[in-house]
Amino acid sequence: MGGLSVEELKTRANDLRKDVIIMLESAKSGHTAGSLDLAEIIATLYFKILKIKPDNPDWDERDIFFLSNGHTVPIQYAAMAEAGFFDKSELSTLRKLGSRLQGHPERTKLPGLENTSGPLGSGLSQAAGCAYAFQYMDNNKHRFVYTILGDGELDEGNNWEAAMFAGKYKLSQLIAFVDRNNIQIDGTTEDVMPLENLRDKWEAFGWHVIEIDGHNVQSIIDAVDMAKAITNRPCVIIAYTIAGKGVDFMEYDYKWHGVAPDAKQAAEALYDLGVIDEKKLFEEVGQ
Amino acid sequence: MNGYPLNPDLFSEQVKKEPIRAGFGRGLKAAGEANEKVVALCADLTDSVQVSLFKEAFPDRFVEVGIAEQNLVTVASGFAMAGKVPFAVAYAAFSPGRNWEQIRTTIALNDQPVKVVASHAGVSVGSDGATHQALEDIALMRVMPNMIVIVPGDSVEAEKATKLIAENGKPTYLRLAREKSPIISTPESPFEIGRAYVLREGADISLMGTGAMTYQLLVAANKLSERGINAEVVHVPTVKPLDDETILASAKRTGRILTAEEAQIAGGFGGAVSELLTEKLPTPQIRIGMNDRFGESGSGEELFDYFGLTGEKIAVRAEEFVRSTPQYHRNM
Repeated sequence: MGGLSVEELKTRANDLRKDVIIMLESAKSGHTAGSLDLAEIIATLYFKILKIKPDNPDWDERDIFFLSNGHTVPIQYAAMAEAGFFDKSELSTLRKLGSRLQGHPERTKLPGLENTSGPLGSGLSQAAGCAYAFQYMDNNKHRFVYTILGDGELDEGNNWEAAMFAGKYKLSQLIAFVDRNNIQIDGTTEDVMPLENLRDKWEAFGWHVIEIDGHNVQSIIDAVDMAKAITNRPCVIIAYTIAGKGVDFMEYDYKWHGVAPDAKQAAEALYDLGVIDEKKLFEEVGQ
Repeated sequence: MNGYPLNPDLFSEQVKKEPIRAGFGRGLKAAGEANEKVVALCADLTDSVQVSLFKEAFPDRFVEVGIAEQNLVTVASGFAMAGKVPFAVAYAAFSPGRNWEQIRTTIALNDQPVKVVASHAGVSVGSDGATHQALEDIALMRVMPNMIVIVPGDSVEAEKATKLIAENGKPTYLRLAREKSPIISTPESPFEIGRAYVLREGADISLMGTGAMTYQLLVAANKLSERGINAEVVHVPTVKPLDDETILASAKRTGRILTAEEAQIAGGFGGAVSELLTEKLPTPQIRIGMNDRFGESGSGEELFDYFGLTGEKIAVRAEEFVRSTPQYHRNM
């Protein structure tokens, strides 16, 4: 398949961020920080890694990808539209009545979504079940199952039931990302409910752990290549990210977890993302 | 109109008794033979919930998840994502008792054809006591959009139901009991998802039961007959979708309804019948079951007597009801 080059993927990630800002401003609600910080991972999955056919979403040899932390779905919708699953004009319907782009992803509404998610903690089990079926029942070594977990999501016990299950059955076609942005609704993960030592936790459950800079496209590609080469264990890629990445006033701030930008903030964000120039920003913000 | 063949030995001393879950075990194996996509998952209760037959026949399609009911149903949802027809089997107290939200999101809203199968439902679990006697599960599952809810009346019907739900393409809840219960039907008796069956016609009261309570209602109808009351008995193995037509037709014939379930009377099967009647044909009704209380330890038989779930005790309640309540809506 080949896919985009590293430079192209970087540009694509930025474009998806722009779409997210516009979608969330229009929706007037939604989860900004996590959607932005996943841009490189989502861009690299959709335009480099995933074996999928946007014109045939049910292709029976496709890879499976879904978000366990469904609240970051705006970045996935942006990538799906860019990939051709649906027309980009539909992005403006996010969270609105009658839209196929629900606030949290619903499989039955939009072809190309593999799962319905949002309530945290269930995705890893679902990915594990799917990977088990590919590995042991279908004996198909060419389909991989990818899922993204939020770091705060790991507070949920269901994850650790799944981690134990995947470790027991050595689910080598299961590749999980943890979006390690260090924030959740009430504050930083280490204040709310400490997750560290996170590497040790996964390793204790029988997983191979790879730690990367989640904004480095080459690192994401290399980590997935590595994960695919490990054939006797499931792999988790702990991707260190900056919440709100790309928009200066949102970065590192947990308050942007579940808030959408207003028009003025959106204009500033688009300026940070290099989408509009200083003059346009001045007009938008009206100063 | 009544073509439902009952077990001819039903009221004899030698009536065959068998746990309803045993029929499920046979049905699951048959479903596995008919469809290679059928897989089974269990949470450390494989023998107890009768998945052993399937496991022996199809070891590659059986998956042990350990004592982890949240993982049980979500892994099952993942199997469905891969195109399988998963049966996720545990005790009702824990599944759907513990993992209701996972079932709601990853199976019902996700509209995946996972079969949530729960054994050991009701007070008949017996001496393990209230912690293990699931009484709220019918209510919990029937309020969930997309979910089919089936409570077979005996092991023969459980076997038929299991084979059918493997092919219905829908999220489905199958509720089973642990204790041996009398076989009321025959292999030839009809079973379709969404249908209720008139087992005995009557004019004075309709006794409607789900699960093994239908047997108790048949016993009650005999007792009532001795006291000059002609009771109709309706077996309702599918709690959702309810067979509105059969239930309303029976209500029209008798004008008095008694519902019976081995579960809380709030929100469960009796509640479903009440909702229907209130909207379409308001009819006086009494609900037999657990009335806003938990169970306790004892043998299944002792508990049935203690909580008024036996045919004899139900007949007493029914007679009082018939003697005190006019037949407002009876078809003349």
